[in-house]
Amino acid sequence: MTAVRTNPISTGCDWTFELLQRYDEAVGKIALDEYKLDCYPNQIEIISSEQMLDAYASTGMPIGYSHWSFGKEFLRHEAAYRRGLRGLAYELVINSNPCIAYLMEDNTMAMQALVIAHACYGHNSFFKGNYLFRQWTSADAIIDYLVFARQFVAQCEQRFGIERTETLLDACHALSDYGIDRYRRPRPLSADAEMARLREREAHAWSRYDDLWRTVPAKVRGKRDEKSANYPEEPQENLLYFIEKHSPNLEPWEREVVRIVRKLAQYFYPQGQTKLMNEGWATFWHHTLLNRLFDEGRVTSGFMLEFLHHHTNVVTQRGFDEQGYGGMNPYALGFAMFRDIKRVCESPDEEDRRWFPEIAGGDWHKVLDFAMRNYKDESFVGQFLSPRLIREFRLFAIADHEDNDYFEVDSIHNDEGYRRVRQLLAAQYNRDHLLPDIQVTRYERQGDRSLALTHRRHRYRPLSEESDRVMRYVARLWGFPVRLEVVDSDGSEVAVEEYRPA
Amino acid sequence: MSIFIDRRLNDRRKSAVNRQRFMHRYKEHLRRAVSDIVGGRSIRDLERGGDVKIPIKDIAEPAFRHGVGGDREMVHPGNRTFAPGDRIPRPEEDGSGKGQGNQAGQGEAMDGFVFTLSREEFMELFLDDLELPRLARTVFGDVRQIKTQHAGYTRTGSPRNLHIVRSLKQSLARRMAAKGAGKAALDALDAPRPGRRGRVPFIDEVDLRYRHRIKVPQPVSQAVMFCLMDVSGSMGEDKKDLAKRFFALLYLFLTRKYEKVDVVFVRHTDDAQEVNEEEFFGGQHTGGTVVLSALQLMKKIIDDRYSPTQWNIYGAQASDGDAFGADPEKSRGYLEKELLTVSRYYAYIDIPSGGFPTTSPLWQSYQRITQPHFALKRVASRADIYPVFRELFKREAGISA
Repeated sequence: MTAVRTNPISTGCDWTFELLQRYDEAVGKIALDEYKLDCYPNQIEIISSEQMLDAYASTGMPIGYSHWSFGKEFLRHEAAYRRGLRGLAYELVINSNPCIAYLMEDNTMAMQALVIAHACYGHNSFFKGNYLFRQWTSADAIIDYLVFARQFVAQCEQRFGIERTETLLDACHALSDYGIDRYRRPRPLSADAEMARLREREAHAWSRYDDLWRTVPAKVRGKRDEKSANYPEEPQENLLYFIEKHSPNLEPWEREVVRIVRKLAQYFYPQGQTKLMNEGWATFWHHTLLNRLFDEGRVTSGFMLEFLHHHTNVVTQRGFDEQGYGGMNPYALGFAMFRDIKRVCESPDEEDRRWFPEIAGGDWHKVLDFAMRNYKDESFVGQFLSPRLIREFRLFAIADHEDNDYFEVDSIHNDEGYRRVRQLLAAQYNRDHLLPDIQVTRYERQGDRSLALTHRRHRYRPLSEESDRVMRYVARLWGFPVRLEVVDSDGSEVAVEEYRPA
Repeated sequence: MSIFIDRRLNDRRKSAVNRQRFMHRYKEHLRRAVSDIVGGRSIRDLERGGDVKIPIKDIAEPAFRHGVGGDREMVHPGNRTFAPGDRIPRPEEDGSGKGQGNQAGQGEAMDGFVFTLSREEFMELFLDDLELPRLARTVFGDVRQIKTQHAGYTRTGSPRNLHIVRSLKQSLARRMAAKGAGKAALDALDAPRPGRRGRVPFIDEVDLRYRHRIKVPQPVSQAVMFCLMDVSGSMGEDKKDLAKRFFALLYLFLTRKYEKVDVVFVRHTDDAQEVNEEEFFGGQHTGGTVVLSALQLMKKIIDDRYSPTQWNIYGAQASDGDAFGADPEKSRGYLEKELLTVSRYYAYIDIPSGGFPTTSPLWQSYQRITQPHFALKRVASRADIYPVFRELFKREAGISA
């Protein structure tokens, strides 16, 4: 890369709005025209570090309802930031249309350019392309829905008291991991439609109310008992949905709050499933785009040095025995994997041809795009992690079995181990392995109205102690006794515990 | 193509509500933490904010998670020495749950939720429900100073308050309106002219404007605090240290309530002197104990410099209670008759000698005082100071009861 005609966009380290715009145009031109990334339009907002802390606290969303737990997050980040334990993320990006990205005002020009490439073209195209996001989130309506949620919760606080609303939200938050639909596309959200639905529901309840019905003697229907002997007929994994629809005790506004928490959990569901890919994809593209800018002579080598400094910081993977190790770094592994796929396409060696016959020697851009669109972390690792990367990262698996009072090294980066390591790492990104399997199995509609949840233990792994508190929340939401039945994977019952609402 | 928006001027404290909610929810924890901090801190630093720690267990939000036990495999990076089949001793369960693989570097995050209270929040919590007894009266009811102040103009009033310039301005405006505009309008209408047109009075009743003065109650916003301490030989350094904390806390409290707070230090052995702060806490003296002398000096200073109509008078007395003969009884009588009548509040702390649980003579006498704005307490250790302080100034203490 001897200096071609250099024509840098800027040389200093201070940014201005005009420069931001020029960088955005330059980066955008390469991303959209040359690499054909498909993006939502960008809305880039400049904020201060305080505002960044605010945004952190509300899981990155620009608007949210009030709850103490967000205050806790805020204080936690603030304390860490003040103490210098942690820098702030340089950017935050919201899966919406237009795609909103936050830039911090303290960043240097090089940082801003890096963030624009990373968030506004990397994450943005991922949000638009990946199948989970396409299936589960409606980017057009999320802001709208957040406004609705905030207003609704505020109204509830006014009408029913802050404390009551807060306890209800506590209970819902505890179950938010179990408010997810995995196999059904939800209808798009919009504040107007939500409001209309709410009014309709209330109006319907009013119109149906007639005191006379009480006096009509009920027909005895012996047959129905058999039919409803077990309700629900199939176990339900969406606890919040079941509670929202069937809880005997909740008032309409409470159901609506349950619904809000459920909907938001659903919105964040894809993000948890694609963290590795999403960050890897964005990192891969900021690296590619900015290097391209440098090749064209649009940025100085000073800019490049600063960029590389930040970039390497982000993609460092510490070993398990090093200070500061906190598990696999999604930026590092994700970036390495996308680079590796590109390498396999461009210059495959004999091993690659054996492992990846379909993509070796193919068009890297098409393969990458296909991977981005159709995979989530689990399947992405399972499909694309190459032996070369396993060696580079020196991955190894250890087995922690209850019967042994030691850990055993299961497999390492050798010929016998590659597949096993890859399979185990993929499983580590599988949501079903991370979350205990708890489902609604019985609702005694004819009897004492109790609800039974079944925890199917996976390889004898028990629930943590805090599940006690969660169950009390469930009982509170349900309003009648709630049982937690623990069974082993073969279906044999281990324990039952009953919780009654306070 | 991309839109740039400068949001820096938007509201910066979006999380303020959530932060408040959090503080509200864990108020008890915070109060306890603050109380601990005050117990250990030196007085000069008292007004600084501070880091507060809440056990992470108490604020955790529960969810269904896997606990310890069962079978599982984990993949980690950075293997240099292991071969398949190697055995690694299981790390001790340290109560923090899954300790494997991440023992290092997480200690800080584990043991407590630490965050910083600003100076204001710290003091707010500290003084939270301590309201000064009888303070309400000073501020709202029992007002002694009244100040008149301007409050615009009125149409009625005594001739003495007539505002001539204002009145003439009104008159001028009225005349212009009555003459000029009216003429043009009437011309345009070609209406018959009333006979009296043109005879617009130079000044009329409606023009008159008076200065409006209202009386505003002026709360007495200054206070004087008397610190009385026995410095005889039996008051060791420890006891003085306790007394110092007591005085400092009261001072701190008063500075929040009053614009101006004077402090008078009176030390006594068998003879009382007014001294500066350094001498007050620093000096070493020997001699007997005559409490009455200090009370008399306090009374003299009040008469000379701090008229009770203009100053809120607070008394704080610390002693080990070793008084002899008729002194305790005389002191009690003098206090009741001469000082409590002019004071807003008077507090006495008795610092008994270590391992000496019997009540002191002064304590016994003072105990018989029944006035509601007199309070007394026994203080044995530094940790007692804060609770004592709270009790002394507890909301409505002894007033409404």
